[in-house]
This record gives sequence, C-alpha cells and structure tokens, in this order.
Amino acid sequence: MHNFDFAKPSTIADAAKALAADGAQALSGGQTLIPTMKQRLAAPATLVSLTGIAEMQGVCVGDGGLHIGAATPHAVVAKEAAKHYPALADLAGGIGDPAVRSRGTIGGSIANNDPAACYPSAVLASGATVVTNKRKIAADDYFQGLFSTALEEGEFVTSVVFPIPQKAAYVKFNQPASRFALTGVFVAKFANGVRVGVTGAGNDGVFRWAEAERALSADFSASALSGLKVDPAGMNADLHGSAAYRANLVKVLTGRAVMAAG
Amino acid sequence: MPKDHGIGAPMKRREDVRFLTGRGVYTDDLALHGQAAAVFVRSTVAHGRIKSINPTKAAAMPGVLAIFTGEDFKDVGGNPAGWLINSRDGTPMREPKRPVLAHGKVRHVGDAYAAVIAETLSQAKDAAEQLADDSVIEELPAIVDMKAAVADATNRVHDEIPDNLCFDWGWIEDNRAAVDAAMKAAPHVVTLNLVNNRLVPNAMEPRASIGEYNPGTGDYKLTTTSQNPHLTRLLVAAFVLGIPENKLTVVAPDVGGGFGSKIYHYGEEALVLAAAKKLGRPVRWTAERSESFLTDAHGRDHVTKIELGCTKDGQILAIRTETLANVGAYLSNFSTATPTFLHGTLMAGPYKVPHVYVNVKTVFTNTAPVDAYRGAGRPEATFSLERVIDKMCRELNLDPFEVRRKNLLTPDQFPYTTPVGLVYDTGNYQATLDRAMAMADVAGFDKRAAASKARGKLRGMGLSTWIEACGIAPSHLVGILGSRVGLYDAATVRVNATGNLSVMVGAHSHGQGHETVFAQIVAEKLGVPESSVEIVHGDTSKIPFGMGSYGSRSLAVCGVAVTKAIDKIVAKGKKIAAHMLEASEGDITFEDGKFSVAGTDKAKTFGEIAFSAYVPHNYPLETLEPGLEETAFYDPANFTYPAGAYICEVEVDEGTGKVDVVAFHCADDFGNVMNPMVVEGQVHGGVGQGIGQALCEFTAYDENGQLLTGSYMDYPMPRAEDVPFYNVDYSCQTPCTHNPLGVKGCGEAGAIGSPPAVVNAVIDALHRGGHAHVTHIDMPVSPSRVWQAVNG
Repeated sequence: MHNFDFAKPSTIADAAKALAADGAQALSGGQTLIPTMKQRLAAPATLVSLTGIAEMQGVCVGDGGLHIGAATPHAVVAKEAAKHYPALADLAGGIGDPAVRSRGTIGGSIANNDPAACYPSAVLASGATVVTNKRKIAADDYFQGLFSTALEEGEFVTSVVFPIPQKAAYVKFNQPASRFALTGVFVAKFANGVRVGVTGAGNDGVFRWAEAERALSADFSASALSGLKVDPAGMNADLHGSAAYRANLVKVLTGRAVMAAG
Repeated sequence: MPKDHGIGAPMKRREDVRFLTGRGVYTDDLALHGQAAAVFVRSTVAHGRIKSINPTKAAAMPGVLAIFTGEDFKDVGGNPAGWLINSRDGTPMREPKRPVLAHGKVRHVGDAYAAVIAETLSQAKDAAEQLADDSVIEELPAIVDMKAAVADATNRVHDEIPDNLCFDWGWIEDNRAAVDAAMKAAPHVVTLNLVNNRLVPNAMEPRASIGEYNPGTGDYKLTTTSQNPHLTRLLVAAFVLGIPENKLTVVAPDVGGGFGSKIYHYGEEALVLAAAKKLGRPVRWTAERSESFLTDAHGRDHVTKIELGCTKDGQILAIRTETLANVGAYLSNFSTATPTFLHGTLMAGPYKVPHVYVNVKTVFTNTAPVDAYRGAGRPEATFSLERVIDKMCRELNLDPFEVRRKNLLTPDQFPYTTPVGLVYDTGNYQATLDRAMAMADVAGFDKRAAASKARGKLRGMGLSTWIEACGIAPSHLVGILGSRVGLYDAATVRVNATGNLSVMVGAHSHGQGHETVFAQIVAEKLGVPESSVEIVHGDTSKIPFGMGSYGSRSLAVCGVAVTKAIDKIVAKGKKIAAHMLEASEGDITFEDGKFSVAGTDKAKTFGEIAFSAYVPHNYPLETLEPGLEETAFYDPANFTYPAGAYICEVEVDEGTGKVDVVAFHCADDFGNVMNPMVVEGQVHGGVGQGIGQALCEFTAYDENGQLLTGSYMDYPMPRAEDVPFYNVDYSCQTPCTHNPLGVKGCGEAGAIGSPPAVVNAVIDALHRGGHAHVTHIDMPVSPSRVWQAVNG
C-alpha cells in the first residue's frame, strides 16, 4: 500500500468538498478499495471516509418505503430491515462473511457495481431510488454496466429508498471461491407487477429479466417460467461457469426465488 | 473408560494452548535488532529471456541497502532434486540447475529474478517496483500444456532439454510385455482417461525466512518455515551456498501448516542468508499470499490413462497406466520421487492383481514447480485405481462392494509382494470394508435415497478401498530407488537431574501434535507424567540429525527412534539401580517408573536413578559414565501400510449441479493408535482436503502461463459448509510388524482415500437419476461441471 491522506468528514457537504480535491477517493466500507490498494493497484492521494456522516447511517421507514443510509453496514441492514423488508435483510445477511458484513456498506456496493455483487439485484428488482449528494436516480437509470453507474464526478450515494413489495425473495448461487453471486436473482412482487433483478450472470452487469417479469406478473408461480429460455448470448462466462450454465442458473434460481417468496 | 494418559489416551493437544491463545511464535513474529526487509522482483511473464536489469535508480531510492540478481549467484550451486530417476532406456533424468535467482531466463510467473533489501518493507517494495520497471525481459511463448510441451522440440523451458521431458519411467519395465499380454487376453478391458487436478497447498502461514550472520564468528542462522530443518540445512549449506554445515543453524519455530509445500528448500532461504552476510544484519522475508499462490510448490497435476483388464465377473487381471506428470519449471526436491516411487508402487492397491505396469513421463512447463502435497503420488494412484474399478462395476453391472471384496488381499496372504515392488507386511482389508459398510448402513441406502428424492435431490454412494505406503522410508530401499538421502530419524532423550525430561526429536511438528503424542509415549514407557516431558523440535542446534515430517513418518519413524532411546535409558537405569540396590543387573526390573529387584520390595524410583546419574556419589563410575542421556537413530525395515475403506454419500442438485457431501464414513487401519483424538483430527483434516480436491479446488493457467486462480477470489478452498460431520473409526488394528510401536501413520490417509469415494458417489447419484451417459467427471466435480456433464 502506498501512503495516502485520510479525511473523515461529518456532513455530506464537507464530504462533497473533500472529494472535489485532486486525487480524492471516497471510502465507505473499503471491502474492494482497501484490498486493491494493498495490492498497489490503486493509490489515491486522499481517502475520504463516508462512514462518519450521521445522516448516511441507519435504516428507517419513510416516504416511498424503506430508507437505508448509504454507509449502513450489511450487518445492520440484515438486522434492522428484517421486519420491514425481510428479503432485503436476507440478502444483506448473506453477503460475504461476518467481517465483510460489519464493514461493507450498501452505498459502497452499489457505487462499485461489481457485476457479482448482491445489492444491485435488490435495488433494481425493488425499483429503488438511489439518492446522491446531488439528485435522485431511479434504479433503472442508475446501473450502466460492469462497474459503471450514473454517478458523476464528485457525486456519491447518500441513501437508497426501497419501495416495499408484497412478496419478495433473493436466491443466490455462490461462486465457489469468492462466494460472490455466480448468479443471484431477486424477485419482487408489487401490486402493479413483478420485477426480477439478476446479478452475477449478465455480461453487462445486473439486469432485469423482462420475459420472466411478464410471465410472473400474469401468474406468480414457478411454473409460469417453464416455457421461458434465457439466451446464453448475454451471459458472462469464466472459470466457474459457462454462459449456458449461467443462463440455466438464471431460470432455476428465479423459480426458486418465486417459491421462496411464497 | 478410556485411559486418561499414556499411550492410547485421547489427550488434548498441549500445543493448542499457545496456538489458540495467540501465543505461538512463527517466523514472522520474530523482530530482530537491525533487521532489514527483502522483497523479490518476480517475473510477470511465464517464459522470458532476461535482457537487462538496471539497478541504478532502484539502488538510489530511500532505504535501499542492497540489490541482488541472478548474476550474483551464478557461481554457487543449484537447489538439487532429491531423487535420481532413470528413464526406461536407462538414461538418467534431465536435471536442469535451479538457481537462487533466475539467471538468463525466467521460467514461470512468479520466478524471482532479483531481490531488493531495504531498511523497511515499504521501501523495499518501492524499489522492487522500480527495478521491475528497469528490467527488460523478452517474452517467449509459454509452455503450459503437457502434451504440447513434449510434442514441440523447438520451444523449451530449459534450452538444453529439447522435448521438455525430464524422464520417461517404466515400473516395472521388465514386466511390460507380460502386462501387455495379460491385458490383451483379458475378457474385458476398462479404459479411463482422467486428470488429477493441480492444487495449491495453501498452508495457513505463508512461507517466511530470516537470515542472520555474525561476522565475529562466521556463524549463519536461518529461521524459516520448514518441515525439516536438517534437510534444509543440508541443501542450503552443502549444495547451494557452500557454507559448512557446522556454521549454519536452521530453526523452524512454530510453523502454520505445510502439507508438503514446506519440505523443500526454496531460493528465498538462500537469498536472505547471502544478504545477511553481505550486510552483516538480519534480513527477513515473508511471502504475501499472492506469492504463495505463485511460488509454493503445487501438488498433483497428472493426466492419466488407466486400463484395467478383468473377467466378466470382476476379477482384476491386469492394470496399465500412462501418465503425464507436470513438474513445472524446475525440479523441486521431491518432485521426481512423487510421481514415480510414491505413485507407481501403489498401483496394485490393496488388491491381488497379477499384472501391473506404470509409465510416467514427467514434463517441464512454464508453471510453478510441482511436488509432494499431502499424500504425494499415493492419492493420484488411489484415484486412478478406485475410479477405474468403479467404472468396471458400471460397465459389467457388478456390485462395487462385492467386487472390492473379491479382489482384496486376504489376511492369510501377508506378507505379500506386489507386482510393483512393495512388500505389504500385514493388514485386514475385509475388516475395514465390513466396518465401513456397517457404519454407513449400506442396506439402508435406498430409504435415504428416497428421502433425498423427496427433497428434489439425487443421492449417491461411493466407495474407495485404499492403501498407502508411508512411514517414509527404509534407506536401503530408497537408495536403490534413486534417493540421494537416507530417511531414518533420530531422537535424544535427556533425563534432567531432577527427573524430568527434554526429548529432542528430528521430526518437525507443524500442526501434527508431536508435542503431545511423543510425550505420551515417553510417559508411558518411563512411568512419568506427561507434564514432566518436554518435546523439543525444529532447531538444528538442539536436536539430533533428523529428516523432518512428511510422508506420515513422524510417529512410525521418529516415534520409534524415541522408544529406542528410551530403551537405552532404561537399560542404563538398570545398571545404576543394580549398583544402588546391590543386586545383579539381571535381577532388576523396570515397571511403572520403578527399578526393583525382582522378588523383593527393594526399589528405586526413576527420579532417584536420574538424580544419582547426575550426582554420582554412590555410582559405578569405574564401569559406567555419569549422566542419563541417550540418542537413537531408527531406520525402518519397510514402509508401513495403513489401509481402509471410505464410503461417501452425496446429494446432487440437478438444477444447479451442486454436490453436497451428506455423509462420510472412514474405517481405517492405522495399526496401534497412540492418541485417538489426534488421529481423528488428522483424518478429519485429510478428508477435508480430499473433499476440497474432489469438489472445489483447481489451479488454472491460461495459454500464456498466467495463473488465473491466483487468489481466493478464484481458487476455491473448501469451507466448513462443504464438509459433513465425519464418521471416523480406527478400531480395525493390525499392528505394523516391523516397528516396536506397531504403528503405521495416519497423516495422509484422509487425503488419499477420500477423493475417489466422493467422485464415485457423484457418478452413482447421476446414474440413479437416469444420467447413465455420465461415466466420469474430472475433479473438481464443481457445480458447473456436473451440470455440463448432465446437460452437455
């Protein structure tokens, strides 16, 4: 690791100011950034920690659904979202291991937008709103491909607002080494329809499976998926699974998520 | 009631107190006055010619003390292979020099070609980055695939070896024609092509070394993560740097696992010693995990074709194998023995097979060196054999349990000379098979399979009846087979004046539990409490010349040396007692810690005898030296042959291809058991590693020789959730006939016996689920591979 300066502002405004400096880099739970720095693959001049800002912490019910501060660790979401949005709490409680969950944050996860991260599937499937220090961004506009988001220079996530569905579940199949999602499917049933968010599988990052959403909106049962096929052409392939295997997982896990949602 | 101490007692491991409370002292825990840090500059290409290394800028950077390149070591010796293997035509193996730092060429990603020593680690890293930038390495085409390597005479890992072949070994070559004839005549022949997957050892503690040099005395000291400090001393002193052995102390303090990877001498050890001498101050290096992945000697990596000739009712008539074994870029110390004498000699398994022939070609590639990893050759043999027998059962529609029973050697057939050169001294393979079948409730399988089916899972059961040769090794035999060392071990038992004991052993404990178990043996033999016995290991300045720990040898070789030394202590004690009790030596008996005159109540305690030996006021000084300290070396007469039967049950999720091991039963024969708790722990660990190999672990290099599985993001280690609660039994005991403890060794058993049981179970599950076209899946039997096999 190379040397760096460290700032820990206590307000969103101060954080925005600190991040405007040359070579400044936002740090949340550090679960991706710190290992990258330790391998000397990143060397920011200044790390600006976002974990000392009170208004970016915590879980509460408010306008538009469940509000989760961007710097809230997964373990807190797993605990505090449980009675409001159990599927989301389950997802948070299944990320990494206890050490990861006590440091990693929802804001860090969706800002990084790792194609195998869990949270993006929930944000997308819930039709959540990503709130930043500058604006509000609809989930459908926020995720823009591998490690790519709508965030602009100097912009950072401050909270995420999740509409709460009638039924939902997240089912993930672990990559055997990293235990990230080889494929993870979040199914959310709202009064006006079903949304399906898929992580880990797509070669362009998290995506919605539109055919499944249509079928499940008409009939919310696993059997509604039986005639559907996922095209391997859009799937990622690596050491741990071919595109065809991931396409299979998308369908299998979607069915299991529907069953788990009840 | 089990015993609560002494031989056979399930005593808790004394070393765990310090390990579990963070009080262990590992190499990297040592902070030495004036220490400098070493960082290695490692090749980022798999194969390249070193055109230039310009140290000017790096040398001028803050804190930099010295820079070394291959040029600095070109006149010192290479790190040798420990076994000379001859090819089938009688020519000796090709043995390229393995230098301290790469010189002329780099031959695998991670191959160190320079080292920077600086005041701090951070400064050394900065300068190493600079030095890498100032080095010009012309990339050459990488040689990764073994078949391509031997087919291409132009692209060479070592310029002087045209076909990248180290040797082409036949075992036993004279039997080849007879085996071929038997195979031709067999009513049925089963053929299986398989890959034994390459593994990264992943010891919990990365390798680390500290070199010290005292200019005032000329003494060197190497503190290092070694499984065998004397062997390391021999290699680094006599073969590489030319330091007299008496001027070098090697200390291996607490070592956090090795699994084979820390048997070998590595260039980093020589470098820190050379650097310490140059600077006159301690120089330390600790591998980062990514360096461990790139440079620890890997394991396995065989591509094998096995053929089995048999009768239609499953009597095995002949076995023939052809294997390509990867040795990587350089010959690591045991790399030539592992795929040959630790592999080919086990190819008859526990079976009565008249004809066996093994051919192994070892191949140089631009990958990390490959060497012994827990089991070392024997897992590869067992996997090939147990998988092809399973395939035979499917092809001929035979019961795998009955087929094993039909072919297993029977107790009346020992000692048994195999067609591949070993003499099994004793065993009862039917007994372990019966025991395993009872433990696994084989008869109740269908009911369990039905319950699994109701949960949407396919259930399967797999069997492996395994044998290994361990207690490595009889020196006279391994000498004939090409070993360049002897494989005895040694112990010194020092009785202190106050009656407690320091026992110095040549074996090295890096997780095995020697400190507990050796103390139990001493306590039992001398009738003293374990708490009065200290086991000292890992320091060449303290211990007798021993050969360390690997090959399940610690107890069966070094443990026997301990008992031999104790025998000498007792013999001397009898002489002292005879003098003190005014009796003749022949009338003295020793029991429960007391020397007594037979038939009388006259006795001296062990403590009184010890005191008298060191305060010899009333002592036969004219005929007997004072003191009570004895050393014994023990060279085994034969290998030991633990064996057993493993039964695995799996559930397969057809939707995802995921395999869950839901039950694992081990019935092992380890001969006499010294500490059942330690034995269970060893079996648990070994089976865990075996399940890891079977279901999770693999090492992937791309066509350019880049390691794709170079971190835990992509190298799948087994975790607690991947293994079941093991059902372990060691009640079938046929004591080893040629060592006085009757012990056989248990350290590698689990890793040897388990992989085929797991894979056989998966194939069984798929067949029961109607996927009969799946006859084999290469390890790891990962979810995607299972799914692909079923749906592809």
